[in-house]
Amino acid sequence: MTNNDLYKGYKGGALETLKKFEALVWCDVEIITGDAMFKGIILPRSETSDHLHIVLKLISGYNIGVAADTVKNIKIFGRKEAHYKIPEKAFPYDPVKPRVKLIGTGGTIASRLDYRTGAVIPAFTPGELYGSVPELADICNLETEKLYGVFSENMGPEQWMGVANAIGKEIEKGVQGIVIGHGTDTMHHTAAALSFMVQDSPVPIVMVGSQRSSDRPSSDAALNLMHSVKTAAESDIAEVLVCMFGPTSDDYGLLHRGTRVRKMHSSYRSTFRTIGDIPVAMVSREKITPLRTDYKKRRTDNNVKINTAFEEMVSIVYYYPNMKPDIVDSLIDNGYKGIVIAGTGLGHVNKPLYPALKRARDNNIAVYMTVQTLWGYVQMYVYDTGRDMMELGVVPTANMLPEVAYVKLGWALGQTSDIEEVKKIMLTPINGEITEREPSNGYLIYQGGIPEVEAFISKHRK
Amino acid sequence: MTDEDYKFVGFMSGLEIHQQLMTKKKLFCRCPAGMYNHHYDAEILRHMRPTLSELGEYDGTALMEFKTKKEIIYQINRESVCTYEMDDTPPFEINDDALDIAIEIGMLYNSATIDEIHIARKQYLDGSIPTGFQRTAIVSVGGQIPYKDRQINIIQLSIEEDSCREISDTGHRRVYVADRLGMPLIETVTAPDMKTPEEVAEVCKILSNIVKSTGKVRTGAGAAREDVNVSVEGGTRIEIKGVPSIKRIPLLTYNEAMRQWNLLRLREELGKRGITTETFASKTDDVTRILRKALYQPIANAISEEKSVYAVTLRRFKGLLNWKTQTETYFSKEISDRVRVIACLTTLPNIIHSDSTSETISIAEWQKVKKTVGATEEDTVVITWGNAIDANTSAKEIIIRAKEATIGIPSETRQAQKDGTTGFERILPGADRMYPDTDLPPKRIPAGRKNIIRSGLHEPIWEREKWYKSLGIPADVMEPLAISKNAALFKKAVNELGINPILAAVALIQYPKRLKKMKADPEQLNEEIFLGIFRAFNLGLISREGIIRAMFDATKYGSFELEHLAPTVDENSLEKIIQSSISEVKKMKLFNDNNFEKVLTGNVMNKVRGRIDGKLVIKFIKKISGENKK
Repeated sequence: MTNNDLYKGYKGGALETLKKFEALVWCDVEIITGDAMFKGIILPRSETSDHLHIVLKLISGYNIGVAADTVKNIKIFGRKEAHYKIPEKAFPYDPVKPRVKLIGTGGTIASRLDYRTGAVIPAFTPGELYGSVPELADICNLETEKLYGVFSENMGPEQWMGVANAIGKEIEKGVQGIVIGHGTDTMHHTAAALSFMVQDSPVPIVMVGSQRSSDRPSSDAALNLMHSVKTAAESDIAEVLVCMFGPTSDDYGLLHRGTRVRKMHSSYRSTFRTIGDIPVAMVSREKITPLRTDYKKRRTDNNVKINTAFEEMVSIVYYYPNMKPDIVDSLIDNGYKGIVIAGTGLGHVNKPLYPALKRARDNNIAVYMTVQTLWGYVQMYVYDTGRDMMELGVVPTANMLPEVAYVKLGWALGQTSDIEEVKKIMLTPINGEITEREPSNGYLIYQGGIPEVEAFISKHRK
Repeated sequence: MTDEDYKFVGFMSGLEIHQQLMTKKKLFCRCPAGMYNHHYDAEILRHMRPTLSELGEYDGTALMEFKTKKEIIYQINRESVCTYEMDDTPPFEINDDALDIAIEIGMLYNSATIDEIHIARKQYLDGSIPTGFQRTAIVSVGGQIPYKDRQINIIQLSIEEDSCREISDTGHRRVYVADRLGMPLIETVTAPDMKTPEEVAEVCKILSNIVKSTGKVRTGAGAAREDVNVSVEGGTRIEIKGVPSIKRIPLLTYNEAMRQWNLLRLREELGKRGITTETFASKTDDVTRILRKALYQPIANAISEEKSVYAVTLRRFKGLLNWKTQTETYFSKEISDRVRVIACLTTLPNIIHSDSTSETISIAEWQKVKKTVGATEEDTVVITWGNAIDANTSAKEIIIRAKEATIGIPSETRQAQKDGTTGFERILPGADRMYPDTDLPPKRIPAGRKNIIRSGLHEPIWEREKWYKSLGIPADVMEPLAISKNAALFKKAVNELGINPILAAVALIQYPKRLKKMKADPEQLNEEIFLGIFRAFNLGLISREGIIRAMFDATKYGSFELEHLAPTVDENSLEKIIQSSISEVKKMKLFNDNNFEKVLTGNVMNKVRGRIDGKLVIKFIKKISGENKK
């Protein structure tokens, strides 16, 4: 064990004090200060915390920080370092249940907790998962594979490709459904990427995560996992879906189409919403209830198209008033091949940007327009400015979501560098990223406070 | 029971006192604190799921709550609850006002304030907190308060968020209202230093007075709640939760001590019968068919609703379900409580048993059941009913609780019942239910902050009471004055203005109560008003009797001004007033002429009250009416 581990996280004065009294982390001690005595176990200190305090876990289970400069003496009674591991129970095999594969990319759908440090130890093997969510065994025979262990924000094209290829292999092997565990922040980016990279899957591909970590009794993780595994095992929806809470209550999940879904709240459980359309289905522990019929149906063959070519030099520009052309110029100068603009209203940017947009076109850069309102279509004919921009080569993308357009443009540029070909790919919907119509219930953001909305909220669980 | 008796049984008790703090906002969000709503706008449904403990096992409470499979419903009002309380938004920084009050109270206990506060999560799976854990932090440790001729040790003081209020708990559905959730609360934990039930109540009162003496805590129903830990020699520490008033502590602790004592005797009896954890034997049978024609209403109803009826045979338990545990409470209640909480069979009775003498199923039916399940004369049969899953859970729980009798006293938390007995609440949570809150960084309490709080501390209430005693303050005013926010003002009035201590105490403690009866709001009276009135009194501008009148006027005007005072009456005008009153009273028809002076005094006082010393009025009336008689 290195010196660092013996004084894990301690720096400066606190480290000096520990060294002076030869006290290490995990030592069972009595710390005597000017006016008090504390009995407990010295815990490692978080790297980001100050160098003034020693962290002690009291017998009552509470932690406290003792100012190092007040310490008069530390009596040591022993030392016991804890090692934790997840208990494994063999996942029961049932020959009549479908085979479901869970691919992990990071985040924790199931975990157990190190009570002393608060560290969360992910549960991932079928045995570990069975230990935490035994209900899964009622649904399927579960196999797992940990592909990555990264936070959601660190997922990118490389990981998208990896996941798509892994899915291809599993389908070839004949699994009846695939679940992908994913951090929630960029789950919709990955869902879009997989929608383009994995086409005509014969089985459901269900992405799932949790908004409250699984170390909390109120976590949404276990229920999300049950919903997603049920969908993968039993549903006839052979699409890339995001499966997360419908309401914030522990009630039912929603199955969102991978190209129309977006995380809409930084912390709510029911954060994922289908934008500009309705979800594909509802799922509860008992049943799957389709909300539409136009989804791709499950097949019994093992055929799937995997196409992971991707051009990384693509960017999103979120327009704001008074944006200067240098923003676009810098992308051009840095060799970007595609730009997605999230424009205001129907899809606008200010005039000073025009020369830069012209320069982009002249440099053979694909420029696409989406709307930062998220709901609604780009419509560049309504105002002259829109027409001017189209003259400059900016292509409207109907009601494609900005993040989806970003992912699709990278994928399209991966297929070809011919701008016209790219345009064809971009404007031909693969799975709902552009829809011909927005149904009247595709945009429903209820406004709190209005009597009829309050009446609705009081009748139905949030 | 005498003190010696309690010593003999090895009675030990400690307190955990919860007290809401007076802050504008909640502890970890910016919702208003203290806003209670009867109306709710929305409901949220949650299930609590146990998380794995250190050894990879679910701990007792966790497992129990999971077995019960409760649907937890939260009723929320948008004014008092935000997305934080519903666990849909991470916590905001801790409320500094609340933290300052907690530090101050810790200092009043002579506790050591923690240098760096670490927020912990304490798991609760009953649903009383939607996150499944309570955010809590130790603020100070150690300390002691004087009691009788000894010290009561304080173990620690923590600050934490309050939980939801339970509305109902029926079957598999528990309903909470969330308005109180998240309000700042402190928990004071004492060492088990109390030796009798009366001592527990007395120490509780002292602690309650200490916190109230800051003037920074909430009062009224539910603002303070006590948990009482009780054990007897050879017993287990049992926590009685949520005792709503100090008055109820002695009977509850007495009953709990009796329960533990009796359960230990029951264990001895089991030992005599040769029943140990290893030899304990039981069996469960489905007796639905056998009892399908039973007339006993609860079972007849269950059968008509196509529910299941199970018989649990407890080998060689004959008579033991009638083993007395508490006042008019028997071992069967321990079992029934478990069935109610864990199997969610909340409609009582939820069990019947063959030791019972009350009328249940017929003797013939009991015999039929016993014969079918193969019970002997030495056995006891317990019957339970419900839907197949619940009845099954119930049967298992009956066996678990009966078997625990061989160990003695199961670790559990108990509820305070209205009749002074305690009832099962839940299995005692494991020690490992505390873990660091990763959502919030540790918070440093710099020496400067501690010093500011320390410099504002008042003297301990026991020192105040000692001083009051030496001043001759009446006993009924002494305690309320010592914990009053006006205690400092009293000191000033007596020491700096030289006001008679009894007069000052009465004015500060009794008069406000009288003002309330006079429909005035004593909250309007501030230090400045009181000092103004006392000064005017010193200058002779108001009489002793005039003080309450001046206070009354001040509540109306919001301040004390000399011009608000009715002019004082001098001796000349007093004579004139008395003369005019005499002629008025003479015109009245009196039942008894001997009452003349009494009626006259009343008449005069009505005209001069508060404007001249009452003693002077009496003196003058006597003088004048005496002269008149001559």
